[in-house]
Amino acid sequence: MAESNHATADTGSSKLVLEHISKSFKTSSLNVQALDDVTLRIAEGEFVCLVGPSGCGKSTLLNIVAGLDRPDRGLVEADGQTITAPGPHRLMMFQEAALFPWLTVLGNVLFGLKLSNGLTAAERQEKAEYFLELVGLKRFMHSNVHELSGGMKQRVALARALAPNPSVLLMDEPFGALDALTREQLYGDIQRIWSQHRKTIVFVTHNVREAVCLGDRVILFSPNPGRIREEFAIPLPRPRDINSVDLARYATEITRVLKGYVQTEVAG
Amino acid sequence: MIARWLSASLFFLALLAAWHFAVAAKFWSPLLLPSPESVFDYLRSAVEDGTLWEATLVTLRRLLIGYSIGILVGLPLGLLTASSRWSQDTIGVLALGLQTLPSVCWVPLALLWFGQTESAMLFVVVMGTLWSLILATDNGVRTIPPIYTRAARSMGSTGLHTWTHVVLPASLPFLLSGMKQGWAFAWRSLMAAEIFVTILTGFGLGHLLHYGRELNAMDQVIGVMLVIVVIGLAVDKTLFAPMERFLHRRWGTGRQ
Ligand SMILES: Nc1ncnc2c1ncn2[C@@H]1O[C@H](COP(=O)(O)OP(=O)(O)OP(=O)(O)O)[C@@H](O)[C@H]1O
Ligand SMILES: [Mg+2]
Repeated sequence: MAESNHATADTGSSKLVLEHISKSFKTSSLNVQALDDVTLRIAEGEFVCLVGPSGCGKSTLLNIVAGLDRPDRGLVEADGQTITAPGPHRLMMFQEAALFPWLTVLGNVLFGLKLSNGLTAAERQEKAEYFLELVGLKRFMHSNVHELSGGMKQRVALARALAPNPSVLLMDEPFGALDALTREQLYGDIQRIWSQHRKTIVFVTHNVREAVCLGDRVILFSPNPGRIREEFAIPLPRPRDINSVDLARYATEITRVLKGYVQTEVAG
Repeated sequence: MIARWLSASLFFLALLAAWHFAVAAKFWSPLLLPSPESVFDYLRSAVEDGTLWEATLVTLRRLLIGYSIGILVGLPLGLLTASSRWSQDTIGVLALGLQTLPSVCWVPLALLWFGQTESAMLFVVVMGTLWSLILATDNGVRTIPPIYTRAARSMGSTGLHTWTHVVLPASLPFLLSGMKQGWAFAWRSLMAAEIFVTILTGFGLGHLLHYGRELNAMDQVIGVMLVIVVIGLAVDKTLFAPMERFLHRRWGTGRQ
């Protein structure tokens, strides 16, 4: 108790606090240190992008923040409370589209809304339709999930995560399966939603440009064991255009650093 | 659609004709293989004097009650064995073992425990349904991709809500095939029980079959067999087939 008070006092207005997080996976064939002593503070309303090579523990970290997995060691807090279970204010958008095949598109978006209390059926319906419209899929609201393309599924998953209006959004490569045009449109949408609703967003991506376009901060991870390698603040004005020259400069710099340590890793 | 109906009707007409001519050619004694006409005559008279109708009702009532009990008990038990190690090692193993037991093997036990009563009939039907339903439910729940429950949990679903809104619907395809199998087993065990056991509280289709044999009335035996087949088909087409079509449409499985 004393300890958690201490942590709260010392972190000020941090929305999410991760201190000395370690997590390893033991399987029959391998023992993987997915996260090793990761410490990260994320302020209320901050947009943080996590970048790093495959297998460096980004998804593991999101799962821990979501409350779906527990770390082996370390402290995770949201709003000063230790995270022990998933909470309605932290919604996760998974790397693979985790839509429910037994529900229609609309049913999927309504699922989370029904769990967040205080809405009438009509309001839920209205909200669901609003967010489906936002991702450009209102026309498909009565479709079955298997009738959508991979990118459309990701957009439904985005609508499903946005609809209950969580204060923290955890997004695991949400735009991986989308074409460039839809992606650019969603960059605009997500920045608008983020600034209008003051959400805290943790966003995992492999695409450095995407990270620079969206993030207030870009955090670089390195694998084996998964660690935070470096942090970049991105003080560019918003809304940002992914094709702007300033943005490209940051992206080039970060890519150079990323390549550097991936290569030393391979060489060493 | 019409072509499908037409070719199917042609097939069954041809089957009837083959039967008719096989009897007419006197390959077998008419005592062993009655003509379709005499079977039809039997069915008509049995419908007219009400025996067939009554026997069908008695049998279906037993089947429905026993089957419902089997499902109501088997479904939760299957969920239980899938969710706790302890019940998997106990109830799960029991179900696995007893499911291999042909349901007719329950008849002697049922007679000793319940005597010649309705309860004995129901017991046999329940034993026929229960174990395969437990196994199907258990298997269905274990086969669900964990991402579904994780996604639901991240949206705030817990406990009972996760079971009713995620685990159960996600395992529906398995549940349905378990229910189909349970139905087939229930049907079989009830017929076995009715053929072996005379019960004063109701005269089912199995009894009609049994007495047909006792009286050497082959037209009755074959007539009742036909009725049993038609009921089985009707249940499949009206109950299970629509559910299967719904599942295929939703999940995008099956042949298009
Ligand atoms: N459930 C699990 N069981 C065993 N090992 C796991 C499990 N989940 C993750 N790992 C291991 O932990 C490490 C980190 O995995 P994680 O999914 O967090 O990587 P990632 O950074 O998200 O990679 P990617 O960019 O490819 O999605 C990997 O080496 C992986 O093999
Ligand atoms: Mg990942």
